[in-house]
Amino acid sequence: MSKKDSEYLINRKDNQYEVVIGLEVHAQVLSESKLFSTSATKFGAEPNTQVSLVDAAFPGMLPVINEFCVKQAIKTGIGLNAKINKRSVFDRKNYFYADLPQGYQISQFKDPIVGEGKVILDMPNGQKEVGIERLHLEQDAGKSIHDLDPQNTFVDLNRSGVALMEIVSKPDLRSPDEVNAYIKKLRSIMRYLGTCDGNMQEGSLRADVNVSVRPKGSKEFGTRCEIKNVNSIKFMQMAIEYEANRQVDLIEEGKTIDQETRLFDTKKNETRSMRSKEDAHDYRYFPDPDLLPLEISEKFIEKLKSDIPELPDDKKKRFIEEFKLSSYEANILVSDIDTAKYFEEVVAKMGKNKDIKLAVNWITGELFAVLNSKSLEISQSPVSAKNFAILINLIKNGTISGKIAKTVFELMIDGDKDPQKIVEEKGLKQQSDPKALEALIDKIINDNREKAIEYKQGKEKLFGFFVGQAMKASGGKANPQLINEILKKKL
Amino acid sequence: MSDITKQSLTELVENIKNKKLSSTDVTKAFIDRSEKSEKLNAYITNDFTSALDKAKKFDQKPNFDFKLPGIPMAVKDLFCTKNIKTTAGSKILNNFIPTYESTVTENIWNEGAILLGKLNCDEFAMGSSNETSFFGNVQSPIDKNLVPGGSSGGSASAVAGQLTPVTIGTDTGGSIRQPASFTGIVGLKPTYGSCSRYGIVAFASSLDQAGPMAQNVKDCALLHEVISSYDPKDSTSIDFKRNHYGKELTNNIKGKKIGIPKEYRVDGMPKEIEDLWQKGIQYIKDCGAETIDISLPNTSYALPTYYIVAPAEASSNLARYDGVKYGFRAKGENLIDMYEKTRSEGFGAEVQRRIMIGTYVLSSGYYDAYYLKAQKVRKLIKNDFDEAYKKVDAILTPSTPSSAFKIGEKTNDPVSMYLNDIFTVPVNLAGLPGISIPAGHDSKGYPLGLQIIGKAFDEQNILNIAYAMEEKINFKNKITDWWIK
Repeated sequence: MSKKDSEYLINRKDNQYEVVIGLEVHAQVLSESKLFSTSATKFGAEPNTQVSLVDAAFPGMLPVINEFCVKQAIKTGIGLNAKINKRSVFDRKNYFYADLPQGYQISQFKDPIVGEGKVILDMPNGQKEVGIERLHLEQDAGKSIHDLDPQNTFVDLNRSGVALMEIVSKPDLRSPDEVNAYIKKLRSIMRYLGTCDGNMQEGSLRADVNVSVRPKGSKEFGTRCEIKNVNSIKFMQMAIEYEANRQVDLIEEGKTIDQETRLFDTKKNETRSMRSKEDAHDYRYFPDPDLLPLEISEKFIEKLKSDIPELPDDKKKRFIEEFKLSSYEANILVSDIDTAKYFEEVVAKMGKNKDIKLAVNWITGELFAVLNSKSLEISQSPVSAKNFAILINLIKNGTISGKIAKTVFELMIDGDKDPQKIVEEKGLKQQSDPKALEALIDKIINDNREKAIEYKQGKEKLFGFFVGQAMKASGGKANPQLINEILKKKL
Repeated sequence: MSDITKQSLTELVENIKNKKLSSTDVTKAFIDRSEKSEKLNAYITNDFTSALDKAKKFDQKPNFDFKLPGIPMAVKDLFCTKNIKTTAGSKILNNFIPTYESTVTENIWNEGAILLGKLNCDEFAMGSSNETSFFGNVQSPIDKNLVPGGSSGGSASAVAGQLTPVTIGTDTGGSIRQPASFTGIVGLKPTYGSCSRYGIVAFASSLDQAGPMAQNVKDCALLHEVISSYDPKDSTSIDFKRNHYGKELTNNIKGKKIGIPKEYRVDGMPKEIEDLWQKGIQYIKDCGAETIDISLPNTSYALPTYYIVAPAEASSNLARYDGVKYGFRAKGENLIDMYEKTRSEGFGAEVQRRIMIGTYVLSSGYYDAYYLKAQKVRKLIKNDFDEAYKKVDAILTPSTPSSAFKIGEKTNDPVSMYLNDIFTVPVNLAGLPGISIPAGHDSKGYPLGLQIIGKAFDEQNILNIAYAMEEKINFKNKITDWWIK
């Protein structure tokens, strides 16, 4: 594991700087109803149609914790190998904004539901462990819409009160690539658990990015800036790159970095100051007196633990051991739970005499290409795992060649057809009868005597010519291995 | 029957059940008297027309299984009532009509009672004299220009003045017991978690409790039986086995041990309060119970603790009144300007004072010194009571350190105003039940009350003690009807 060659450093004259990154990821809890009310959480609903009296903070309305959201947070904590806190406290974070009806957000400050944990990233140069500081539950705010009217701001409270998990990492990340891997890993784990759909376009996953720089080799952290609410991995990477360079430039100019909150302007590709530390809000956190501390029993946690599915790291390990896959192949298959499911179903349907390697190559090759071109998720694959398995078996047992298989696959896409039937109907079965092939080859050698002589005299390149002729004569159906063997014998 | 409004709740229920009175008779009588009582300024909103309709409907199809069959009742304007304006005594909610009903009032209507109207109170229940209401101060039926106490001043005035047979108030630091004491009626602050807070405009969430106010202990017990319920909509509501407080009421308190806490003998307490307390001790003994001297050592810290915890919670609870969603909104140049103008114009001086105090004690750098320390002291105060209850079944104290004062007398002296709550506040901080019963008069003829503090969930016990004492005290409220048109 040589880390040196792929280290992400920012170079200026004689100086090299290391970038230190910590993320606060806001993951929307996958739940039918909100954290403290029974309103729906469906994405894309008409504005203000999923708002209860509690969400709109009417006088005398009180929050009641949604047990399902608590379970989701604990499951996520388990997935992050983290400590589950048996006692946690909901606090009020007080600030005024038009889309914050209560005038405070219910969050967890001192005593979060989940404590320290870790996730493992698979980087090109080896594995990297990233520490998790904590995970806490909190309410989302509503949405202010400023561009519908020149004078007025509109407020949509559909999101108000939706449950979020804030997952805070330790400042363990060192490059935009690691951030990419980290977010993808978090998303993968949460999708396996069914605790967050990880849909960044719909805002189900967003992050505040803390960036600082320090001279390479330094143990001290530099002053950090927090880039608020970045909602795509690409933007996170761009923001980090811009921000790290900005900070390095300041240091190089002999200036100091102000601890501040910044915004990433996606159009100009730059970060801008939003507020300085001096202007930072005083949120006046205090325990929410409307809610009792959340007490969770060991039994409750154990029950949830027993319901946890096999997670990506374990699945990867098993794939490597059980199916003799490479680490690279296993990573590709496990990173998305639906891909892993598809793969395992294909393996199961292939039966006893199976070629797993071949199946993997076809999934990551042909299948992924089709999904890509059609912009489909693997869960929407036009070819079922069952028919896919049949196709791989047809190649494996020599019924069709790999080349023919591609033709068959094309035909399967339209309506998930049975490849066996396609092969029969179109007469695509491979010619593997040695006698028939010998006759065919005899005729070709006979028709091309001069070339045969040239080959014998040492013009070995001509072997390819004969193979081509044989395949052509068989309509592409000849078993290529047999053709090779017979040609070698006859020439 | 001209003396309908003089009847107790228990008598009215009996007379309606025996068909000696109809709900219409009773409702009409209280409406008539209420209409003649404008000078008391007890109502913010009346619902008389619809009350009469409901009474008539009840009489057409009476259900005598109800605990409050066709009984008219006005309630404090801190309880949200569906389709009836609910103001919390504030300009900021002057136009607010809830689409929902508080659990406590829902419980009352579910037992057959009929809403008469909404009663005046200190703004957001912040006050001890009902002088902070946007809708003007309430007069006490006891005497002209006398405060009825607060914050449930309208409620106390309405019960003592017989505008409603009974009512409900809310008590955060004494807001039921102090006005009950000032107006010569009975008021119970239940154990925290006994009555649901759902639909009650919040002042300080960890202290607020709704409770009954009545002419006598029996009525108080009956109403408490109706309003106390476990409510999953309030996470701090507690699912304990509730008594049939009215039915189980007994004056047999023989052998009960009643604690007399020496720390309640505060400096500057008038002699007549001390005398009243001694009389109370004698009554206890006359009932066959025993008194024991006890100590609640942290009592002197209760008031400062309360004036940190309550404003802190209030400052956050009142953040929702921002002009955005409902209630009063002032025009502003921008969002911040609108907030500032709305809240400056919408909230009165006392509310603003408490928001400022609360914001201050929660601020970073001050949190540990004030709020956190106050929470620790609060625990110590609770421990004092736990310790005392190892030796005694209940505790007897005066309800207030003085009798009612004149309107305007303490307006410019908030600290002296806050001192009114010195005997009631520790009970809220400890989450315990407390009841104030009228026990005598001062030299001016103003009522004085005694407070019985119970163990958590032991409302039945303090109601029984109050019931037994009531018999011995034989208090007669001096109501002269001075305000009647």
